[in-house]
Amino acid sequence: MRVDERMINTVVIAGLLALPLYALAVDEPFTITLVTRAVILALAAVGLNIVLGIGGMVSFGHAVFFGIGGYAMGILAYHAQTFTVLDLGLFTTGGTKMMPVIWLVAMVVSAVVALLIGVLSLRTSGVYFIMITLAFGQMFFYFAISWAQYGGEDGVSIYVRNSFPGLNTLVPIQFFGVCFVLLCVVLFLVAQLQASPFGLALNGTRQSEARAQAVGLNPMRLKLLAFVISGAVTGLAGALFADLNRFVSPSMFSWQLSGELIVLIIIGGVGRLIGPVIGASVFVTLEHFLGGLTDFWHVYLGVILLCIVLFGRGGIIGLLTGQEGAHV
Amino acid sequence: MSDVVLETRGLVKRFGALTATDDVSIDLRTGEIHAVIGPNGAGKSTLIQQICGGLVPDVGQVFLQGRDVSGLSTAARAQAGLGRTFQISALCMEDGVLENAVLGAIGAQGASWRCWRGALRTEGLVARAEAALARVGLADQREVRCANLSHGQRRQLEVAVALTLEPKAFVMDEPMAGLGAEGSKEMTAFLDGLRSEAPILLVEHDMDAVFALADRISVLVYGKIIATGTADEIRASAAVRDAYLGEEA
Repeated sequence: MRVDERMINTVVIAGLLALPLYALAVDEPFTITLVTRAVILALAAVGLNIVLGIGGMVSFGHAVFFGIGGYAMGILAYHAQTFTVLDLGLFTTGGTKMMPVIWLVAMVVSAVVALLIGVLSLRTSGVYFIMITLAFGQMFFYFAISWAQYGGEDGVSIYVRNSFPGLNTLVPIQFFGVCFVLLCVVLFLVAQLQASPFGLALNGTRQSEARAQAVGLNPMRLKLLAFVISGAVTGLAGALFADLNRFVSPSMFSWQLSGELIVLIIIGGVGRLIGPVIGASVFVTLEHFLGGLTDFWHVYLGVILLCIVLFGRGGIIGLLTGQEGAHV
Repeated sequence: MSDVVLETRGLVKRFGALTATDDVSIDLRTGEIHAVIGPNGAGKSTLIQQICGGLVPDVGQVFLQGRDVSGLSTAARAQAGLGRTFQISALCMEDGVLENAVLGAIGAQGASWRCWRGALRTEGLVARAEAALARVGLADQREVRCANLSHGQRRQLEVAVALTLEPKAFVMDEPMAGLGAEGSKEMTAFLDGLRSEAPILLVEHDMDAVFALADRISVLVYGKIIATGTADEIRASAAVRDAYLGEEA
C-alpha cells in the first residue's frame, strides 16, 4: 500500500483536531489534555527535527531548550504571582502572566543559548557532537537542581495558567486551541524552510559536506542557523509544556527528555514534516494506555522502536509511503 | 591569451617524513587545459586539496586571478571562482538531479540564507541549474534521484554542478574515472569546448584524454614537478619516460 505523504499530513492534522472536539462533545476533558500534551511534545520534536532530520545533527541535548522555555515561563509567572521583582541586572521587571510575552522570552533566550552551544559544539560531529550536546544538557540540569531561588529539585508551581488575550486558558479546549494553532503555524513555517534555498543547502550539507563546500556554501554557518531556529522552536514548546502542567522542574532539562524527543522523531520518520507529530501521538497514546497497565511500558516502546529501526528506517511515514526517509 | 588565472607558488606539504608536495609551482592560463599527471601516490590529490582549500600547505601560496587565496576556506575559494569536481562523485544522493544543480546555483548566487520561497520555485536558481544540466546532456534526467543515476551520469552531474558556479578556473580530479571508452570520448569533447570559457587544471589517469586535450602537461613524481611542457615535449622527455611513461610503455 502506497500512501501520499500529503494525505498523511492532512489526516494526522485533522485527527489531532477532531479528537479533542469529540472529547469535548462527550465531556472527557482528560482526553483533551492528553492530546494537548501530544501537540506540545510534537512541537518540541518538530524543532529538533530541523537539526536532526534536515541537518543530520544528532542533538542529544535539546531538553536544554525545552527546559529554558519551561523556566522562562516559570520564572516570569512566579514573579507575577508572588508580586516580587525580577532583577535582570540591566533592568527589573515584575514578571508577566501573558503567554505571548512568555513565548517571546522563551524563544529569544533559547535562540541565544542555542547560538552559544552551537558555536562550541558544531566544531565536532558524529559521536562527539552527541556527547557534547548531552554534556550541555547535564550542565543545565544540575544548574536547575541547585537553583534554590526557583525551587531547586522541586521546581516551581504556578497556581493559575497564564493568560492569552480573549481566551480563558484554564478551559482545556481553549488551551488546546492555542497549542494546536501554534503547532500548525510552526509546521507551515518549517515546510517553507525545508523547501527554501536554506533548507536545500542544509540538506545538501548533511548529505555531503565536501559538496556543499565545493559550491561555496559554509556548512558551519548553515548548521548554526539551523541549530538556533531549532532551539527557539523547542523553547516555545517548553513554555507551553510548563503551562500545561502549571509546573516546571529540572526534569524538563533531563537527558531522558532529550532522548524521548529523538525517539519521537524516529518513530514518526526522520526529516519528515509531520514525522514528529505522528511520533508524539504514538508516544502519548502508549504512555497513557500501556502506562496504565504496567510501569514497565517503556519496554514495549523499546520493542516498537527496535522494529522501526530494523524494518522501516523511514519511521511510520516511511512504512506508509514506501519511501525510506532521511538517513542519519 | 597568456594571463595566469590560477597559480601555486612553492607549495610544500609534509606528512611526517613523507614530503607529499615538494616545492610545486604551476600555473593555469586563460583558455588552456593544463594536465597534471603522475604515477599513483605522486601527490596529485594532495596538490588538488591544497589548491581547493581542503589542506593547508606547510609552505607556499595559491593565487586565483592574482589574489592570494591561501588563507581562504574551501567555500570562500569556490565563491572566488574555483570550480571543482571530485574524483569520487560527491553528490547529494538522496536528492534529484535538479536539486543537485540548484545547490550549485544557490552557492553561486549566495542564496543560502533565503528561508522563505521554495528553491525549486525560484526562477533564477532553476534556470541556472537547468542551463548547466542541458550542457552536459542531463536535461531529461532532472527528476531522477541521484542515487539512481549511472556512474557516467554522475560524472556528468559533477561537471554540471561545477558549471552552475560559472567559475574562473576549473580544477577537475579525474573526470574520466570509471567512464567507458564512449563516455570518455564524450567527456573529452565536452572539456575541449569548455576551456575557452574557463581554463581547466586537469588531473587525469586516462592518457589518451590527456594527450588529446592538454595544452600543457606537468608531470608530478614523488611530490615534485619533474617536467612541464606541451604534449610533444613531454613525450620526448627522457626524464618523464624513465619516471612514468616507461612503466606503461
